[in-house]
Amino acid sequence: MTEEKKSKKVVPTKYPMPHQDAAVRARNFEEVALGLDEETAVLEAQRCLQCKKEPCRKGCPVEVLIPDFIKLVAERDFAGAIKKLKEKNALPAVCGRVCPQENQCESYCTVGKKNEPVAIGRLERFCADWERTQGIEVPEIAPSTGKKVAIIGSGPGGLTCAADLAKLGHKVTIFEALHVAGGVLMYGIPQFRLPKEIVQAEIETLRKMGVEIEVNAVVGKFATIDELMKEEGFDAVYIGTGAGLPYFMEIPGENACGVYSANEFLTRTNLMKGYKFPEYDTPIKVGSKVAVLGGGNVAMDAARTALRLGASESWIVYRRSKEELPARHEEAEHAEEEGVKFAFLTSPVRVISNDEGWVTGMECVKYELGEPDASGRRRPIAIKGSEFIMDVDTVVVAIGQGPNPLVPKTTEGLETNKRGNIVADPATGATSKPGVYAGGDVVTGAATVILAMGAGRVAAKSMHEYLSK
Amino acid sequence: MYKILSKITLVPTLHEFVIEAPRVAKRCKAGQFIILRIHEEGERIPLTIADFDREKGTITIVFQEVGKSTKQLATLNAGDSMLDFVGPLGEASHIDNYGTVVCVAGGVGIAPVFPIARALKEAGNEVIGIMGCRCKDLIFWEDRMKDACTELRVTTDDGSYVCKGFVTDKLLDLINERGKENIAEVIAIGPVPMMRAVANLTREYGIKTIVSLNSTMVDGTGMCGCCRVTVGGEVKFACVDGPEFDAHAVDFEEMMRRGRIYKEEEQKSLEKYTNKSCTCSCGCGGAK
Ligand SMILES: Cc1cc2nc3c(=O)[nH]c(=O)nc-3n(C[C@H](O)[C@H](O)[C@H](O)COP(=O)(O)OP(=O)(O)OC[C@H]3O[C@@H](n4cnc5c(N)ncnc54)[C@H](O)[C@@H]3O)c2cc1C
Ligand SMILES: Cc1cc2nc3c(=O)[nH]c(=O)nc-3n(C[C@H](O)[C@H](O)[C@H](O)COP(=O)(O)OP(=O)(O)OC[C@H]3O[C@@H](n4cnc5c(N)ncnc54)[C@H](O)[C@@H]3O)c2cc1C
Ligand code: SF4
Ligand code: SF4
Ligand code: FES
Repeated sequence: MTEEKKSKKVVPTKYPMPHQDAAVRARNFEEVALGLDEETAVLEAQRCLQCKKEPCRKGCPVEVLIPDFIKLVAERDFAGAIKKLKEKNALPAVCGRVCPQENQCESYCTVGKKNEPVAIGRLERFCADWERTQGIEVPEIAPSTGKKVAIIGSGPGGLTCAADLAKLGHKVTIFEALHVAGGVLMYGIPQFRLPKEIVQAEIETLRKMGVEIEVNAVVGKFATIDELMKEEGFDAVYIGTGAGLPYFMEIPGENACGVYSANEFLTRTNLMKGYKFPEYDTPIKVGSKVAVLGGGNVAMDAARTALRLGASESWIVYRRSKEELPARHEEAEHAEEEGVKFAFLTSPVRVISNDEGWVTGMECVKYELGEPDASGRRRPIAIKGSEFIMDVDTVVVAIGQGPNPLVPKTTEGLETNKRGNIVADPATGATSKPGVYAGGDVVTGAATVILAMGAGRVAAKSMHEYLSK
Repeated sequence: MYKILSKITLVPTLHEFVIEAPRVAKRCKAGQFIILRIHEEGERIPLTIADFDREKGTITIVFQEVGKSTKQLATLNAGDSMLDFVGPLGEASHIDNYGTVVCVAGGVGIAPVFPIARALKEAGNEVIGIMGCRCKDLIFWEDRMKDACTELRVTTDDGSYVCKGFVTDKLLDLINERGKENIAEVIAIGPVPMMRAVANLTREYGIKTIVSLNSTMVDGTGMCGCCRVTVGGEVKFACVDGPEFDAHAVDFEEMMRRGRIYKEEEQKSLEKYTNKSCTCSCGCGGAK
């Protein structure tokens, strides 16, 4: 029987993921998706057909050994399964939760052609969560090579690169600007989607592998890359500084009190634990009617966070239509279930504020969709005379981020493109500067966790070659 | 952990810490700042680098108790440590030989002005310092400022020390004495109303003026935009584009409005900390 035919016989839908009830979870910061139990995980794993050609792996940027690990889950060998996973993926607990699986691994799944694909992400998460209850195993480390590597930025890309190089016996130091490691996983993606304890558990494993993490270390400020290489003896450097610079709309009134960048809104809430103010010292203020500008994952996170902080209405204001929402499908769905409202084909033109400078409204204009543009999406065109005032008191701008210019600005001979991204060879991660590699959002612009991890892995491989010369 | 090597209480609510932070001390320059966090639940507090010793690897900060975090910081003593200390942040002051430069410092602003005045003098400038406080009891670092400046003029709002008047009065006297053509630049650091008053005065005379803005910050690395200010009609991030800007182009009104965003929360936090002012009927007895 062909795999195609077998697929008709499998249980047609994914075993459901238990969730916190939408009405309850919309008001707390506990994790939304609760994870599969062992029985369900095994049943789900049994839906996999073990296809010889492994089409699912093509969809995974780090080529996780998907059929192999799923087989072990089906056989209840969870320890074996997590080991298999970790051969390719250093952060399965993270990826299992935040990967846009529907566009990646799961979109290639044979079962998915006629039915719902195998829930690869959920199984990945299950294995990683199972492992955490057992105590995470520290991978074996090769004998020391005597080489020193500096990793700048501790996002998923930097962490992956660090793990791979440490395993190969290099002495790795991560320099992180903030006071905790993890990058967007800590300051951006909310607690209710990715509990911070999980990220820290993964990072703890890195420390056990001998990776040194220096927080409060802004490269370009306390030292430049050249100084790290010349004065501190680092033989190679990986730049994984991400895309942390928030863009604003550049419309009148945007500096009013009550207008946040999504980065500020989420950083205050996640990194600084503003949702626990005054137990934690950093405040976060949310009014009763919140408008979030943008339609990506960041916008969904901000809109859902606003509800949890006590807003009575939280709106996504997006200038295209529902079909074009760049956010993960599941995130938009979860947002809607929780009560987030959507104003599609709408774009703000100015923020209105009172005498004290506080937001009291936002003037918007309606759009219609015209001909497809260069990206293949239909271009939104403003409808003349359609201006209206949206009654809001808080605005969160989530229209994208660019690379922070600090490192390029202070590193001689490091080529960047006109958008400020560092130029790196996608096949090796090599930049224009010898011994210096880069990857993740700082190279590609804001993308995904797993793509940053893939880039970190690619760079680690060529850095190892460079260091072995 | 970053250890406090010495603590001096300069005036009752103003303290000087010398902190062990070799990474910061190695590269910092006048005009830059640090961000510290006392403990796990703490917020990130920006403070200007008031002095540094590259050899000993230390940074000096001077801070005023204004709210919960600075009051809690003031409870630490020599030998204690703080959890986080990051820097040097922000752009350094532009130091060059300009000729005659006036450094105007108000209140706690004396501390950040000091290293700038010193660097300007080392660069060959004639540095005239003007420092002012509300009253005699709040004056500090007069000796240091005397050393850092070619000439120092002191004033108090209430006349309890040296003479009575605002720093702007002193500055006006100086402009009249010297002639506006003979003052290359004014640098003013202190409370926002003071910096605005200096800016208004020097604008009239067309004297280039620099102020250091202390807008509210979170990360201090250009990541959140919390610190944004309008300068010459453009939006700037004070933590990375500043903190120093052309005083005549700064929108001080907007800055002051944005500085009040968390007023209620700051009050609440302080009340909880000092345990005194809770007058609610919840029966907490002031514990909340
Ligand atoms: C709110 C939000 C939600 C998201 N949701 C998803 C999702 O569901 N799924 C998904 O796949 N992706 C998601 N993403 C995107 C994903 O998080 C990023 O693509 C990914 O984190 C990029 O990884 P990175 O390693 O390139 O850098 P980052 O994670 O951006 O980390 C960079 C690190 O470098 C540090 N740094 C910067 N400059 C310096 C310096 N000069 N010196 C030292 N350190 C420095 C920063 O402080 C930061 O910690 C989301 C992003 C955001 C903001
Ligand atoms: C770049 C920079 C450098 C600074 N350097 C110094 C310094 O050298 N010495 C020093 O004493 N302070 C300095 N400040 C101000 C200092 O950061 C604040 O006083 C401190 O964060 C207040 O924290 P808090 O919790 O004690 O008070 P909060 O509870 O936050 O505030 C209490 C009161 O202080 C005011 N306040 C809050 N934040 C600021 C701020 N950023 N600037 C001015 N007033 C504020 C509030 O409006 C409120 O009235 C600097 C600020 C910046 C941005
Ligand atoms: S890492 Fe992401 S894309 Fe790869 S298998 Fe896991 S969930 Fe799928
Ligand atoms: S996950 Fe899907 S594509 Fe991959 S082996 Fe299993 S059934 Fe085939
Ligand atoms: S403090 Fe966050 S960008 Fe300046």
